[in-house]
Amino acid sequence: MTAETVKIECRNVSKIFKQRAGTVQIPVLDDISLRVLENEFLVIVGPGQCGKTTLLRIIAGFETPTAGHVLLDGKEISGPGPDRGMVFQKYTLFPWRTVMANVEMGLKLRGMAKKERREIAGHYIQLVGLQGFEKAYPHELSGGMKQRVGIARAYANDPKVLLLDEPFGQLDAQTRYLMEQETARIWSAEKKTVIFVTNSIDEAVYLADRIITLEGKLPGRVKSSYTVHLPRPREHIDKKFLELRHQITEETELLL
Amino acid sequence: MNPDTRLKDPLSLRVTPWISFIGFFVVWQLLIDTGIVPRILLASPAEVGQLFIDKLTNPDPDGAVLLTHTMVSLLEAVLGYVLSLVIGIPLGLLMGWFVVAEGLARPPFEMIRPIPPVAWIPLAIFWFGIGLTGKVFIIWACGVVPCVINAYTGVRMTSPTLIQMARTYGASDWQIFTKICVPSALPMVFGGLQIALALAWTTLVAAELIAANEGLGYLITMGRRLLRPDMIVLGMIMVGLTGWIIGNIIDRIERRLTAGLERGGAAT
Ligand SMILES: Nc1ncnc2c1ncn2[C@@H]1O[C@H](COP(=O)(O)OP(=O)(O)OP(=O)(O)O)[C@@H](O)[C@H]1O
Ligand SMILES: [Mg+2]
Repeated sequence: MTAETVKIECRNVSKIFKQRAGTVQIPVLDDISLRVLENEFLVIVGPGQCGKTTLLRIIAGFETPTAGHVLLDGKEISGPGPDRGMVFQKYTLFPWRTVMANVEMGLKLRGMAKKERREIAGHYIQLVGLQGFEKAYPHELSGGMKQRVGIARAYANDPKVLLLDEPFGQLDAQTRYLMEQETARIWSAEKKTVIFVTNSIDEAVYLADRIITLEGKLPGRVKSSYTVHLPRPREHIDKKFLELRHQITEETELLL
Repeated sequence: MNPDTRLKDPLSLRVTPWISFIGFFVVWQLLIDTGIVPRILLASPAEVGQLFIDKLTNPDPDGAVLLTHTMVSLLEAVLGYVLSLVIGIPLGLLMGWFVVAEGLARPPFEMIRPIPPVAWIPLAIFWFGIGLTGKVFIIWACGVVPCVINAYTGVRMTSPTLIQMARTYGASDWQIFTKICVPSALPMVFGGLQIALALAWTTLVAAELIAANEGLGYLITMGRRLLRPDMIVLGMIMVGLTGWIIGNIIDRIERRLTAGLERGGAAT
């Protein structure tokens, strides 16, 4: 990794949702501060319903924090933008467009010429291992393939930061394991600043440069932070891998 | 739309509809032949068939051959229908996405919406007479409502995640509208087209029953005036048949346009 430039910074971010015309207040995030370095793979681990999606949505700019700031390259963000690409928890493809057209979408919206964007999209379709499926429609793909399209699309758009919200949460264990390998491979091939949200400690240790754990109940708070020094590619049965995984599991009192 | 989960017996599946279809006409014919239903009240299928052949070339007693009546009705229907699509669909789509469009168009639309289409007939005759223009206006007035409602609802149902994703790519409001909302709304829009068609066709016949000198509804009215049940039934059958054919054509266009688009449109 090159110089330690801070890419994304959350400063004391809190979020309170108001429900039923403001009579019910749900504090979802409380005083979250974190930094993500350039080309760092940060994984945020937390159990279900602890505000992980909300945090990513705030960083993406879809929600505004009730308090605190989010900075990208030292500048406060205002709304969503092409500098942050998101892969959603739910598969979010355009059902009436082919794989190629889905991956090209962002480039097309920015007005890139067809030849150029075909080339870029083709490259990332290849990178996620979907060559041959360029003309397929989303309903013809499996869950894992759909999420690959989502990742290819996010990459093709060349964002400064990639936000992944439990991208493999809906996949079976086998496919999930495979997708984790693929993600590590893609990231090694084309380094990017990544914030990856998951509820799986195993997934976190496999992928992360650094892991941040959130508290198990609302409002979500940062619990602790771990730096993962294991060399890549990692082995799930490596002794150090298991030790770290065990340590985090102990300290988060989180099963899985 | 859902796969049929009943046990399928291919033979009975193919045969039973025909039995019921033929049985319908046999029973009808028998009811007349045995005199259970008097001939002044209802014509038999044989008589209607005969009249159908006769009316292909004979303009008497109502003044026009069958094809003319059908074409007149079709022309009125198609003109009014196309006008309601051309105005209703873009309006509904725009209302679904642009707040200003909704604010401007909603109040007048909500005022007109509860008026049953047939209630427009007297005013339309008053304004435009009993010719083509009046009919086109009536059909337009009733067809435009479902077009607007369905296009509007279709846009409103667009998956918010798709819209948000487009926003991360820096898409403008107009791009989101044309590239995401409109394609997502297509299945709903086609639903609206079918509803509008059914409404338009019904209303047209009603209008022709009241005021016309040509058209299928007029054929029915003349049958009543001349005490000719065979003319009435022939008119009814032609109305049903023509409506069914147009419905099928629209269905086919829909299937071609939405190929590759999963029904329901939203992300899975
Ligand atoms: N727009 C909203 N309005 C009101 N409450 C919301 C909203 N979005 C999220 N919440 C609430 O915030 C809490 C945390 O939601 P969030 O989706 O961030 O959790 P999560 O950690 O991503 O959960 P999961 O693991 O199930 O994806 C939930 O209790 C939810 O009800
Ligand atoms: Mg979530």
